[in-house]
Amino acid sequence: MLAYYFDLALRSFKRNRVLTALMVLAIALGIGASMTTLTVFHVLSGDPIPQKSSMLFYPQLDPRSMDGFTAGEEPEDQMTRYDAEALLRDAKGDRQAVMTGGGAGITPERQGLAPFAIDARYTSADFFTMFDVPMLAGNGWTKAEDDRHERVVVLAKPLAEKLFGTVQAVGKNVRMDGHDFRVIGVMADWRPTPKFFDVNSDRYGATEQAFLPFSTSRDLDMGRNGSMNCWDAGDDAQDDPEGETGVNAPCTWLQYWVQLDSPAKAEAYKRYLVNYSDQQRASGRYQRPTNVRLRNVMEWLDYRRVVPGDVRLQMWLAFGFLAVCLLNTVGLLLAKFLRRSPEIGVRRALGASRRAIFAQCLVEAGTVGLAGGVLGLGLAMLGLWAVRQQPAAYADLAHLDPTMLITTFVLAIASSVIAGLVPAWHACQVTPAVQLKSQ
Amino acid sequence: MEIRPILSTLRRHKTAAALIVLEIALSCAIICNALFLIGDRMSQMQRISGFDEQDIVRMQITGIGTDDNAPSLTQTDLASLRAIPGVRSASATNQVPFNNSSWNSSVNLTKEQTHQNLNATVYMGDTQFVGTMGLKIIAGRDFTPEDIVTWDEMDKPNSKVQPHVAILTRATAEKLWPGENPIGKQYYSWGDEPTRVIGVVEHMVRPSRQGGPGEFEYSMILPVRVPYTVGGNYLIRVTDPTRRTEVIAAAEKALAHNASNRIMLEKKTMEEMRRDYYQDDRSMAWLMVSVCVALLIVTALGIVGLASFWVQQRTRQIGVRRALGATKSQILRYFQTENFLLATVGIVVGMILAFGINQLLMDRYELPRLPLLYLPIGAVVLWLLGQASVFGPARRAAAVPPAVATRSV
Repeated sequence: MLAYYFDLALRSFKRNRVLTALMVLAIALGIGASMTTLTVFHVLSGDPIPQKSSMLFYPQLDPRSMDGFTAGEEPEDQMTRYDAEALLRDAKGDRQAVMTGGGAGITPERQGLAPFAIDARYTSADFFTMFDVPMLAGNGWTKAEDDRHERVVVLAKPLAEKLFGTVQAVGKNVRMDGHDFRVIGVMADWRPTPKFFDVNSDRYGATEQAFLPFSTSRDLDMGRNGSMNCWDAGDDAQDDPEGETGVNAPCTWLQYWVQLDSPAKAEAYKRYLVNYSDQQRASGRYQRPTNVRLRNVMEWLDYRRVVPGDVRLQMWLAFGFLAVCLLNTVGLLLAKFLRRSPEIGVRRALGASRRAIFAQCLVEAGTVGLAGGVLGLGLAMLGLWAVRQQPAAYADLAHLDPTMLITTFVLAIASSVIAGLVPAWHACQVTPAVQLKSQ
Repeated sequence: MEIRPILSTLRRHKTAAALIVLEIALSCAIICNALFLIGDRMSQMQRISGFDEQDIVRMQITGIGTDDNAPSLTQTDLASLRAIPGVRSASATNQVPFNNSSWNSSVNLTKEQTHQNLNATVYMGDTQFVGTMGLKIIAGRDFTPEDIVTWDEMDKPNSKVQPHVAILTRATAEKLWPGENPIGKQYYSWGDEPTRVIGVVEHMVRPSRQGGPGEFEYSMILPVRVPYTVGGNYLIRVTDPTRRTEVIAAAEKALAHNASNRIMLEKKTMEEMRRDYYQDDRSMAWLMVSVCVALLIVTALGIVGLASFWVQQRTRQIGVRRALGATKSQILRYFQTENFLLATVGIVVGMILAFGINQLLMDRYELPRLPLLYLPIGAVVLWLLGQASVFGPARRAAAVPPAVATRSV
């Protein structure tokens, strides 16, 4: 029966080529626009580390002075060096790491290669195991290297290839900021999207090219990147000799992540944070009332509104456009079905039930949707190609995946069938007697 | 023109009429907001920076590792840059506009207060900074050599050295001391001691969008001589925009000559910096323009489709009216009035919807309220669209010969 209705639908399309083309085009435009923006949103709002995102937490403390204090406000987004190092020493989580973005100048030994600047990340041993960083050669460092402030480095694949022409670089030396570092590992391609562990800088860009111990980076006073918030510790406070990156500086600039394998452990860790904050307050280091947060990866990304506002706006705009396109289709289908009232009257008089007419109309609407979906898919691919030509950091990520491919067709057919409901209902209300009489 | 017969006809075609109204309403709501967003982006992109954009180039440089010799090397660099033919002046600064990184500080009028008066960005530069940036001093004076402090003295642990004077933008001064002459007034910001205002510049934007549109020009300049290791920005003002490429090449050579182990990070004209900075806004505005055009086309096609259907359905009715003496123009006007009525209802619903959407946008994107001006614009656009789309079908209706009435009964 469905095959017959499908055949009828095709015949009806042939009779009304322009009208059909208009409907298909309207749906295709709506679907194309929606799928382009939905895909971008899907890519940008995805889970960067699905196997672990519910076990990784970002603790927040509030070490600021009472200046500008408003009760109920969120605590600081980053940590002071004092707090981060204290939490790292206590090691109450299953794994934990302190980190910050940085930059270094590399003086290559290879002939014909001029000195160049790279983005680096200063972190601690657990970073690699906690975030499941894939390695091509060697390994990350251990707590022992952290404690000894060793000059070791893990390189990203492109940098290893650039410096040594191979990823087999373990054991070789790299000269960074005028100091020799021993390569102990080379990372495979790794680009969590978004770059959840540090959302201050390029959130969708590539990960850093070199990873080295945080303790070493402080020894060598290497340059840092990212955001920093400092406050006035009072007129008689002594400045830290290391300046704003010192242990006692009243500045937050570090990210801190902790892995907690079970909800019970997360609860316990939160209590530990409250306890820690209370102690700092008691000792006079903290002035504000205890205000701690412990968010997991997705909660953290949501809180920091990582997905660009424009991307959301574009998505809503596209869905609004799709809604107008669908209303348009409803109108055109209504016109089309009612124009066929005489034909429907004859079918009804020959014994077709209302249900059959209804089904026939919906098949026709669905077929329009299918055609619109195919064309819309083409338009979406064109749209994504256009997105990839943009200079935005996420541009190269805009690709259709199988989920979005299926979503396209489901969306196209579902929306056109929904658009067909009202016209189909009107069509099956046609009274055979009136139609037959007037012919 | 009688409206009552139109209304009674529409009452019998409720679904089709409702569809047209809804489509127009939704288009109207989206178009009003999209136009508003486009306007908002455009006005942001066109804001006056206060800098002599077409004459300035920026060279960003970084050293490898720490450099104890940075302050004197910076002075050597500046001397070489100023000696390049075609260069009017050059200055080193901690931050540049059209960038996402910025230095900011709270500004307080008294020492004791716990809540800041405002948050302003901090540009640091020497006596050549204001001239190099092409800023226009509208009150007071520029920095003199006696005002200048050096970054290294200021940055030492427990240092009491701090800038004691500053130049503010008019927007900052007006916010701090509304309607008063700001010259000689004091505020607390950088360091424990007060800073005195010695000059006011007309415009100077913040590097980034921190603080939103309302705080766009909350900027201050402190008389601090920074070494190239702080930000690494050399700003060069050329005598003539046509010489920018030549000056960039010469500057790169001069900097490399002064010290070999440094890395050039960026060399751009300020015009390029502005263009890159607003790239996303430009594509967003174009995207919205295309969506608006597509919406108008789809809505127009929808109206044409439904109107043609109605004309066809009412061919006999039209024939009867014509046979009873209605003129062609009366038939034409009938359909035009019908469309006008539908469009009007659609526009009214659309306006309410437009304000609803605007409310949502205001909550989420810190956008201002939709100005009332957009409503008549949206209304006129959709009325015209409706009339244009219905004209074809209505003319066909008017062409129906009266004989049709007799033929098919």
